[in-house]
Amino acid sequence: MTGEELKSLALEDLHKAAGARFGGFAGWLMPLTYPPGVMKEHLHTREHAGLFDISHMKLFEVSGPETSKLLNRACPLDAAALETSQSKYTFLLTESAGIIDDLIVTRLGPERFMVVANAGNAATDEAHLKSIAKDFDATVRPLDRVFLALQGPEATDVLKQAGIRTDTLTFMHGVEPGPGWFLSRSGYTGEDGFEIGLPETDARQLATTLLADSRVQWIGLAARDSLRLEAGLCLHGQDITPEDNPASAGLMWAIPKYVRASGDFIGAEALRKILADGPSEKRVGLKAEGRQPVRAGTALFDADGNPAGRVTSGGFGPSIGAPVAMGYVAAGLAKPGTKLFADVRGTKIPVDVSPLPFTPHRYRKG
Amino acid sequence: MATTYFTEDHEWIRVADGIATVGITDYAQEQLGDLVFVELPEVGKALKKGDTAVVVESVKAASDVYAPVDGDVTEANGALSGDPALVNSAATGDGWLWKMKLADESQLSGLLDEAGYKAHIG
Repeated sequence: MTGEELKSLALEDLHKAAGARFGGFAGWLMPLTYPPGVMKEHLHTREHAGLFDISHMKLFEVSGPETSKLLNRACPLDAAALETSQSKYTFLLTESAGIIDDLIVTRLGPERFMVVANAGNAATDEAHLKSIAKDFDATVRPLDRVFLALQGPEATDVLKQAGIRTDTLTFMHGVEPGPGWFLSRSGYTGEDGFEIGLPETDARQLATTLLADSRVQWIGLAARDSLRLEAGLCLHGQDITPEDNPASAGLMWAIPKYVRASGDFIGAEALRKILADGPSEKRVGLKAEGRQPVRAGTALFDADGNPAGRVTSGGFGPSIGAPVAMGYVAAGLAKPGTKLFADVRGTKIPVDVSPLPFTPHRYRKG
Repeated sequence: MATTYFTEDHEWIRVADGIATVGITDYAQEQLGDLVFVELPEVGKALKKGDTAVVVESVKAASDVYAPVDGDVTEANGALSGDPALVNSAATGDGWLWKMKLADESQLSGLLDEAGYKAHIG
């Protein structure tokens, strides 16, 4: 990213006033930590409610009579089967079933859907969707929104105090509670919580109101990363890339069986072949012995010293008080409990293949 | 009488009787954030100026701490194995990293004094 101008968040002044330490991520200058530090911010989110500025992520409104058809072509999805307000985790795939991006698609109305995309892929996704849209009577419109996330066991009550009722909204559902607003019960921490896209003026007011509640504090990108890693959630660009496919990534739960079998999405043929042959490697959780974190890029070996795989995300999990990681291992080594070794600067650290997530999800499924 | 030196890499070096105690500065620990692991050197290890002596690991990243001068490691701060956050709470005290016997005291003249370090971090 050196030499490239980083984009600034619309609410940057609020983060500065809160004492944020900034850093570059996916082309944006983002708050990494606030004065309490990553450890306290992480634990605060698991115990109370953390407020995240995730405006680097992009919202797209896709609309028109053939929107479902467009989405079914772009994603391994049955968009028409979604009920209004229902969300679905899905992907954009290459012809060889590589993951271009992971997305959340929400049905807003008969011919209208919201697509939430990752910051680093927003431009690629927009071009990709627009090029597919040429074949359909549907329009892809990027929205200019501030995007906030409120995550944690007290998020629901905090929103209620702020006058935002969420009683009828269950996990993976989204609605439009006001002009320019998109409120969904979703997140990237493993906790109950909400993501709220809204115009800047409203966002300033909402952030101020929420922060006046003693249960709420700003949480930076560093804790966002440790929270999602403990929750076993993938970071695109690290844990899933165009070189990985949904089968090896262990994300086939996101693709309905009949869509796998007969869907006409880009990458369908390649994915069917991968499923028929069985993926050669699998994404797994990794728990290192001791306290030393095993980081992304670390090579893994089996007990005999043969290459076994690689770590794609790794760090320290503040809630479990131990190192946590995920990565890819040869399919035969993916069983939980398998003993492997991570080569950290020449030292072989024992690592156990572990089930994901490390911390149980606490979603409110209704 | 101990004299304290600094490096542009945010280390402090306290020298007394030919033994240097090395740690990272308060500024450095603030930049790194909460430390969760410190990889310490073995006693007896011969370090050359610029060698990686210690790796400090925060929740998010691993950072090298370099030997500021040549010398043999005489002691590592074992307390950090159980409580790496000592570096955050007492960077210039109980959070010291290792001690080394200076091989060449003349190398100290190439280091910063406190005023020089303060000017360096602005």
